[in-house]
Amino acid sequence: MRAWWAQTRAEVRMNIRRGETLLLTIGIPVLLLIFFSLAHVTTSPTAHRINFIAPGILALCVLSTSLVALSIATGFERSFGVLRRLFVTPLGQRRLIGAKIGGVLVTEAIQVLVLSLVALALSWHPRGGTLGALEVLALILLGSAGCAGIGLLLAGQLRAEVNLAASNGLYLVLLLISGIVVPVSSLPSIVRRVVVGLPSGALAEGLHRVLGQGLHPTTADWVSLAVWAVLAPLLAARTFRFD
Amino acid sequence: MRNLRVSFGDVDAVNDVTLQINYGQVATLLGPNGAGKTTAVETLLGFRSPSGGSVRVHGLDPVRDHREVVARTGALLQRGGVWFPMTPHQVLDLTATYYEAPREPTELLVLLDLERCAHTPWRRLSGGEQQRTLLALALLGRPKVLVLDEPTTSVDPEGRQVIRDIIRAERDRGCALLITTHELGEAERLADYLVILHRGHEVAQGTLADLAGEPELIIEATGSVDPAAFAALLGCEVRSDGPSRVRCAVASSPERIATVSTYLTSVGLSMVSLRTRASLEERYLDLIADERNGPRP
Repeated sequence: MRAWWAQTRAEVRMNIRRGETLLLTIGIPVLLLIFFSLAHVTTSPTAHRINFIAPGILALCVLSTSLVALSIATGFERSFGVLRRLFVTPLGQRRLIGAKIGGVLVTEAIQVLVLSLVALALSWHPRGGTLGALEVLALILLGSAGCAGIGLLLAGQLRAEVNLAASNGLYLVLLLISGIVVPVSSLPSIVRRVVVGLPSGALAEGLHRVLGQGLHPTTADWVSLAVWAVLAPLLAARTFRFD
Repeated sequence: MRNLRVSFGDVDAVNDVTLQINYGQVATLLGPNGAGKTTAVETLLGFRSPSGGSVRVHGLDPVRDHREVVARTGALLQRGGVWFPMTPHQVLDLTATYYEAPREPTELLVLLDLERCAHTPWRRLSGGEQQRTLLALALLGRPKVLVLDEPTTSVDPEGRQVIRDIIRAERDRGCALLITTHELGEAERLADYLVILHRGHEVAQGTLADLAGEPELIIEATGSVDPAAFAALLGCEVRSDGPSRVRCAVASSPERIATVSTYLTSVGLSMVSLRTRASLEERYLDLIADERNGPRP
């Protein structure tokens, strides 16, 4: 427990001190939140644009931290031999992955706090009440697990530079097709059919329903997130390479 | 390691290597680049399972019992790194939390002469400082086995001396050490036991005395010498080892030394050096050359 806690604190410190991570996890989401809530470049299913954009950007926070930042950082740790060195210490794979997940969750808590404050300043009126808040928490935890699994899967398999390109590419594609800033109803029908099957799509839809419309997430949202949350980390753990 | 074989596809990176290291002993794996040293070390540390033969550390299987093995083993790996923003002090403090009864990080900073750079981020450390930090990390858990892959690479002479002193101290403490190197001087200074690898095969192993081979006279003169003249003089096989050096396959004796000295004076030369056994470097080069000239079946 002592090792896990120390490693988690180290992961958080490094996340916060890495300029590129801060840009990805705080800078870009804040920028997109402000831009898409003020500029009328996309349609909005809610009367006030911010009520649609803010939940989407919270989903983007999970995507940027759990998948992209985690994947890129872990990929470079492998490339620079950090993981090789950790392999020959008693830290172990479980505690390392546990610490990475801990670091991701703390970073996401900071993101949610910052983004929520910015959104509230832009007149966001979140809905859902207490039950909604619990649903949001569950959605974010499941989404984080699924996205982290995908991130670690990429980091464990690809060369650092290839992983950097792949993670950033995936980030852009998922940003556009997951209903985060562009409503799913505006997407081509073929994309609409697969969105809920994506962890980012199910997460964004769940958050839009709870925070934007005061509804519960659909069963499909829960099932999709739960499946990703179990399968992706399992697959990542099975295939992860330290060197 | 017993008859260890590690294959990558059709290529045997390590083939039929056997080595036992006792506590309180320093063994060195010697060999040119690509000899299989790092592959053997990585297998010993559980990075992969052997394709054949077996490996045991503390009597345990390094893959199956990985956690127990690494808890009692310190390792300095080639291409082993530290998070770029972290300083030696921070990474030692963090890594100490992985062990049940670690050594004091500040004690290791002093021991490895890292106090001056203790608060310098990893990316700004010199190669030698990075290497000494990695060695400090390997020592944190009070290991009973230390595996050091090229420990003195990119380390300045002062730093090398620090590392040598630590290796000796760990051996005296009862630690078993396996060191890989292609620097023969380091091996000669430190090793109780040596294994020479070439293209994955074990070429020779033994103590320094075992590897020195048969007694011989190795004579270096102030100028060019004729091996045939020495052969006639000493009645033995003689081969040239450079223009002014010959290696005579005969044991040293006062009479033979006097004969050689008289002969050199007669041809206007004098003796620069005389040795009665090959150095490790000479023996190593002989063995590797034999291996290259006569491929194994």
